[in-house]
Amino acid sequence: MAVLLIAEVNGGALNVDATAKALTAAKALGDVTVLCASEGCADAATAAAALDGVGKVLCADAAEYGHDLAEPVADLIVSLAGDYDHIVAPSTAASKNILPRVAAMLDVMVISEVTAVIDADTFERPIYAGNAIQTVKSADAKKVATIRTSTFDAAGEGGSATIENIAAAGNAGLSEWVEDKVATSDRPELTSAGVVVSGGRGVGSEDDFKLIETLADKLGAAVGASRAAVDSGYAPNDWQVGQTGKVVAPDLYVAVGISGAIQHLAGMKDSKIIVAINKDEEAPIFQVADYGLVADLFDAVPELTSKLG
Amino acid sequence: MKVLVPVKRVIDYNVKVRVKADGSGVDLANVKMSMNPFDEIAVEQAIRLKEAGTADEVVVVSIGVKQSQETLRNALAMGADRAILVVAADDVHTDIEPLAVAKILKAVVDEEQPGLVLAGKQAIDNDMNATGQMLSALLGWPQATFASELAVDGDTATVTREVDGGLQTIKVKMPAIVTVDLRLNEPRYASLPNIMKAKKKPLEEKTAADYGVDVSPRLQIVGTSEPAERAAGIKVGSIDELVEKLKEAGAV
Ligand SMILES: Cc1cc2nc3c(=O)[nH]c(=O)nc-3n(C[C@H](O)[C@H](O)[C@H](O)COP(=O)(O)OP(=O)(O)OC[C@H]3O[C@@H](n4cnc5c(N)ncnc54)[C@H](O)[C@@H]3O)c2cc1C
Ligand SMILES: Nc1ncnc2c1ncn2[C@@H]1O[C@H](COP(=O)(O)O)[C@@H](O)[C@H]1O
Repeated sequence: MAVLLIAEVNGGALNVDATAKALTAAKALGDVTVLCASEGCADAATAAAALDGVGKVLCADAAEYGHDLAEPVADLIVSLAGDYDHIVAPSTAASKNILPRVAAMLDVMVISEVTAVIDADTFERPIYAGNAIQTVKSADAKKVATIRTSTFDAAGEGGSATIENIAAAGNAGLSEWVEDKVATSDRPELTSAGVVVSGGRGVGSEDDFKLIETLADKLGAAVGASRAAVDSGYAPNDWQVGQTGKVVAPDLYVAVGISGAIQHLAGMKDSKIIVAINKDEEAPIFQVADYGLVADLFDAVPELTSKLG
Repeated sequence: MKVLVPVKRVIDYNVKVRVKADGSGVDLANVKMSMNPFDEIAVEQAIRLKEAGTADEVVVVSIGVKQSQETLRNALAMGADRAILVVAADDVHTDIEPLAVAKILKAVVDEEQPGLVLAGKQAIDNDMNATGQMLSALLGWPQATFASELAVDGDTATVTREVDGGLQTIKVKMPAIVTVDLRLNEPRYASLPNIMKAKKKPLEEKTAADYGVDVSPRLQIVGTSEPAERAAGIKVGSIDELVEKLKEAGAV
C-alpha cells in the first residue's frame, strides 16, 4: 500500500512532533511518501526526509501554500492522489480544514481523529467526546484520514529519504489570506508538552491566570485552559483543551479550578498522571484525577509553585 | 441574500452517553436530544445578519429522522424563516455520514441558491468536523472554517478563524461556506411567543431519494466500545503530600 502523509508545516518549518506521530500511524499502513507544501519548504522537506521510515518527500514550494488555505492545498493533494491508497495527516487545525475537502473531491468519506490502526481498512476513532470508541471499516477505494497525534508515539530520526520538488497545482483564488495573530512563546507547545498546567473559570480573571503560568514555567510546562476560561477572556483560544479544542496526553496534567465537564475530559483524560486542584470536593474532575487536592487555588497554587524544585 | 443553515439533531451535550452492552452503538432511545450546539451559534449568526439587513431570509435544513423537525422548529423559534426536513433514516440510531449530508446539502443549495451557508464546525455526536468542508468541495465554493468573527461586505466575507497557533483572518469570495466555532456569538433563547409563532412557519418535508442521493454509509461500524477506564486516584491532604506523591511517581 502507498501512503501519502501530509506534513504539518508552519511558516516553512516542519512541525516535527505532529508529523512524526502521524508517521507512526502511516507506517502501519504502507510505504510512506511525505508531502511538504509551503512557501519555502526546503527546510521542512529536509527535516521530513530525516524521519525514520519515510521513503520519499515531495516538496511543493509556492506562495499559495504559505498559509494553509484549504482550496489550493486540497487541489494539490487531489492532483497527487492517483498514486496512493491512503492520504493521512496529523489532526491539526490545518488538516481538519483541508482533508475533508480532499475526501469529498475524491468522493470518499474522511475518517477523522484516528486513534488506532487495526488494518489498512479498519480504524478506531472516538465519538461523543471520547465517551465511546468506534471501530470503522472503510469501503472506499482510497482512505483519507486524520490521525490523533496524542495517541501515537513519534517516529524517530535516522531516515534519508530522497526529496523531489514538484510543481504547484495552481490557485483558483477562492480565498485570500489577510493576517495571522500568533502569539510566540518560550513555553513548549501544548500538544507536544510533557507537562501541561491548565486553568479554568475558577481562576477568575486574566490577571490571576498568571498564577497558572508561573506554575507552568516552574514545571517547564505548556499552559492550557478550559472553554469557560477562554470564553471569559482569561486565556487565548489556542489554549483550549477539550472535545472541540486541543487533545493532549502529557506525562503530567494539572487541572486548576476546572470542574471536569465531559467536553474538557475529552481533551486530557489520556494523560499519564492527572492532578486536580478544586475547592469543590464533588467536582467531577476528581473522578479522573490520580491526585486530587480539595483547596482554594489561590492558596494552593502559590504554595505548590514555591515547593517545587 | 439568503443564508442556509444546516442543523443537526444530536444527543444533548449534558447527557451522559451509554454504550450499548452488545457493542452495537450508543443508546439513543429515550435520551434528551437537542440542536447541535455549534448549529445554534450558526442559526444565531444568520439571524443577526438578517437583523443587520445583510441577509433577507434564513432557511434551516436538517437531514436525518423525522424527529429532526423538533430541531427545525427550535431554529424557527430562534428566528429562522423557513425549514426543510430531509428524511433520510427511520431509526434514531442511524447517523448519516458527512459525505451523504454534504451531497444532500449541495442539492438543496442548487435549488435554494443561498449566498452563504453557515454550518457548525463539528457535530458533537460523531465528532467528524467534516460536513462544511465537504459541501464546499462539492460546490467548488471557498470555505472558511472554525470562525470566531464574520463580517460580510458585498461579495466578500472576512472571517477570523480559530487555528492551532491563535487566530487567522482570511477573505473569501461569496457564495461561501463558513463553519462556526464557539466564540462567534452567544445564541439567544427562543421566547414563548416565538415558539408559538414558529409552529406556523413553513416546514417542507423531503426525502434523500427526492434529491437522488444514496445515503448508504462508506464506513461500516464494526463495533462500539467504552473507552478504557482510569484507575481510581486518591485525595491528598496538603501540598506537601502532593509534591511527595509526584516525586515518588517521578512526575516532577
Ligand atoms: C459544544 C461544546 C463544546 C465544548 N468544548 C469544550 C472544550 O473543548 N473544552 C472545555 O474545557 N470545555 C468545553 N465545553 C464547555 C464545558 O461543557 C464546560 O462548560 C467547561 O469545560 C467548564 O469550564 P470550567 O471547568 O473552567 O468552569 P466551571 O464548570 O464553572 O468550573 C469551575 C471550577 O472551579 C472551581 N473553583 C472556583 N473557584 C475556585 C477556587 N478559588 N479554588 C479552587 N477551585 C475553584 C469550582 O469549584 C468549579 O469546579 C464545551 C461545551 C459545549 C456545549
Ligand atoms: N444530518 C445533518 N443535518 C443537518 N446538518 C448537518 C447534519 N450533519 C452535519 N450537519 C452540519 O454539519 C456540521 C458539522 O457536522 P460534522 O461534519 O458531522 O461534524 C454540523 O454542525 C451541521 O451544521
